Amino acid sequence: MLSFLGVRPIAFAAGLAFALMALIGGFSTIGAMVSEPEKPTAEHEFHLAPREADFSFNGVTGTFDERQMQRGFQVFKEVCSACHSLKLVAFRDLQGIGYSEAEVKAIASQWAIETPAPNPETGELATRKNLPSDRFPAPFANEIAARAANNNAVPPDLSLMAKARHHGPEYIYSLLTGYRNQVGFKNKDGQELLREFPEAKTPAGLHFNPYFPTLNLAMTPPLTSNGQVQYTDGTAPTVDNMARDVAAFLTWTAEPKLQVRHQAGWAAAIFLLIFCGLAWGAYQNVWRGVKH
Amino acid sequence: MSFPWAKHYEPKHPLMKWVDDRLPLPRFVYNAVGAGYPVPRNLNYFWNFGVLAGASLMIQIVTGIVLAMHYSTDANTAFLSVEGIMRDVNAGWFLRYAHANGASMFLAVVYIHIGRGLYYGSYKPPREMVWLLGVVIFLLIMATAFMGYVLPWGQMSFWGAQVITGFFSALPLVGESIRVWLLGGYAPDAAALNRFFSLHYLMPFVIAGVIILHIWALHIPGSNNPTGVEVKDEQDTVPFHPYYTAKDGFGLGVFLLIFAGFIFFQPNLLGHPDNYIPANPLSTPAHIVPEWYFLPFYAILKSFTIDFIMPAKLWGVLAMFGSILLLFFLPWLDTSPVRSANYRPVYRWFLVALLVDVLVLGYVGGAEPRAGVILLGQLASAYYFLHFLVILPIVSAMERPRPLPNSITEAVLHKEGGTSPAQTAMHGGALAPAE
Ligand code: HEC
Ligand code: HEM
Repeated sequence: MLSFLGVRPIAFAAGLAFALMALIGGFSTIGAMVSEPEKPTAEHEFHLAPREADFSFNGVTGTFDERQMQRGFQVFKEVCSACHSLKLVAFRDLQGIGYSEAEVKAIASQWAIETPAPNPETGELATRKNLPSDRFPAPFANEIAARAANNNAVPPDLSLMAKARHHGPEYIYSLLTGYRNQVGFKNKDGQELLREFPEAKTPAGLHFNPYFPTLNLAMTPPLTSNGQVQYTDGTAPTVDNMARDVAAFLTWTAEPKLQVRHQAGWAAAIFLLIFCGLAWGAYQNVWRGVKH
Repeated sequence: MSFPWAKHYEPKHPLMKWVDDRLPLPRFVYNAVGAGYPVPRNLNYFWNFGVLAGASLMIQIVTGIVLAMHYSTDANTAFLSVEGIMRDVNAGWFLRYAHANGASMFLAVVYIHIGRGLYYGSYKPPREMVWLLGVVIFLLIMATAFMGYVLPWGQMSFWGAQVITGFFSALPLVGESIRVWLLGGYAPDAAALNRFFSLHYLMPFVIAGVIILHIWALHIPGSNNPTGVEVKDEQDTVPFHPYYTAKDGFGLGVFLLIFAGFIFFQPNLLGHPDNYIPANPLSTPAHIVPEWYFLPFYAILKSFTIDFIMPAKLWGVLAMFGSILLLFFLPWLDTSPVRSANYRPVYRWFLVALLVDVLVLGYVGGAEPRAGVILLGQLASAYYFLHFLVILPIVSAMERPRPLPNSITEAVLHKEGGTSPAQTAMHGGALAPAE
């Protein structure tokens, strides 16, 4: 019908040209595969997927473990906050993990880094003690300062880190416990990294960590010895526990509404199941005796 | 329009009569989705998806309008405002996850809806216009979803916008100027974000308008059905309300249940973690991928690697748009008089092959571009075009269809078995308007 407009032949010609070009491209790809097979890379052969970690917030009934959150916060405060900001979180948000208003006030005013603010009398640039309504202040004044202190790398903001990586909580936990000696490091096939890829040797100023996509990162291992942070709730402050706790804490900073979301989800599911049941009943009732 | 035995609107309440006499809107609704629209009695659940697409659009509009009240259209604050919605706005996390996953649900429903049309031949005469308007809606939805994804201004938002608007620079001579004009700058920035938001707010209402035309065009011949045999008389149909409102109501419940599963328990499963990193023009993500619903088309785009007459990139862009525009020609490419693939023993298997092909393209679109993957994409892209332009016309001409039932009612009774024609007549009678 449209063919008399000449539209159909054009469609055929264009479509067949596309098919042909894709096929020719395919032949050249085969040619390239034969003439220069892809070489394996160190990242491809030696990168490790995050380790499994059984967090309390996993699964459809998951909740935050308040004591673990507080331990994780302590690790963040005493270790990570020296380099990393937490821009999206305010001190008063800590009430969400069980701190009282007075405790939050104390945490804010005693925080090592103050909030930049003009001097109320002179207007000169200065800092003041943090208020509960302030966001966690950044440890470096700007990107240049951050780079200067960290071998030209910027420590990223951690607020959303647990959602900004695949399997975020497990990834953070694995990264923090994943620093290895590069010499003698083997993958699960028993290949030795430096023997297979001598050029992959970690450059000066970087640190080898097979959980990091490029295998080397600028962060010095932050958690190095058991007892680095003094836990007060009786949990053993092993590197493994500290890493796990701070990963859990960062999941809360990234998704503070997780627990509410799970609870609302159950209410919604029950409501919708009842709705489906009633709708099914209505459907059966209306169609009774009508073959379809 | 529609069938002579369609029920007529009789306002019961004096107020409705008053309104109907002055503005026949109640009549319009009654004839469109009420008891005044006779529908084949044998529709299966695939016919639920049009209503679900409509529901998805409503959900997007409602959640979107509330999000827009809290969203900041400024490249410096857009990302933060979305996080503000997630943290500080009452139930803001729900609105945002509903809107983000709503887009995925919408596209999933629309794909099934289109697949239904392909399988049951709903694009064939006399429903070509319904199909054409459907393809227009599909294009508009894709544009809307793309611009929406840019709004949170994360890394994938920014780099997605960079890649997609980069298509235009493939055009010879004027390409780069067009790109700069569309973006309002050399790279996506404040100007681009503002216009994307403006258009993202507008498009859903344009979509709503085209949906009205789509349904208008549908109501002239009436709905197709799984046999593809046209309605012959009254016993082939039931009134839309209450029969299909009840059935679609159940389908809607199941849809909402799945939707809720995503919102409350896996809200980020379909998203990309990189979009939780603020947009950074200086740092290119290792692997730029669009949302899942664009992956097959993205794979076609990437499959053109040879410069021949035109640069490879232009081939890719044209082929990608061509792969969708091709759907406009479908009613004239498929010359078989039989609609439903249930009665097309050969074509049916080629449709299954096409489905596999599109899934392969989807995989390729999201995978790391290693040589083997690229090759797979090239073969799958070629097959996609060959399906519509070579296989379909040949199969249409050669295939011997299975015998069709004489009527919908006959097919229904045959399937159910055992019912005597007398009983059918009775049901037919029972369904007749009671006036
Ligand atoms: C001495 C400063 C320093 C300390 C202390 C520190 N980090 Fe880092 N961190 C960095 C730097 C620098 C980077 C950037 C690394 C790069 O990109 O090479 C980084 C990167 C990261 C990343 C991102 C890795 C990625 O995938 O991009 C995470 C997660 C992280 N740090 C977590 C932590 C946690 C948790 C702590 C506390 C236990 C901590 N860091 C303590 C400096 C530090
Ligand atoms: C056809 C219907 C629509 C589709 C397919 C759609 C799709 C999308 C998508 C994919 C996003 C990004 C989600 C994310 O990751 O955050 C988005 C964001 C957004 N949309 Fe829509 N949308 C639609 C309708 C609307 C409407 C009608 C409005 C407002 C009137 C709206 C307002 C917004 C706003 C403010 C955002 C940014 C906030 C956010 O990122 O969550 N949308 N949309």
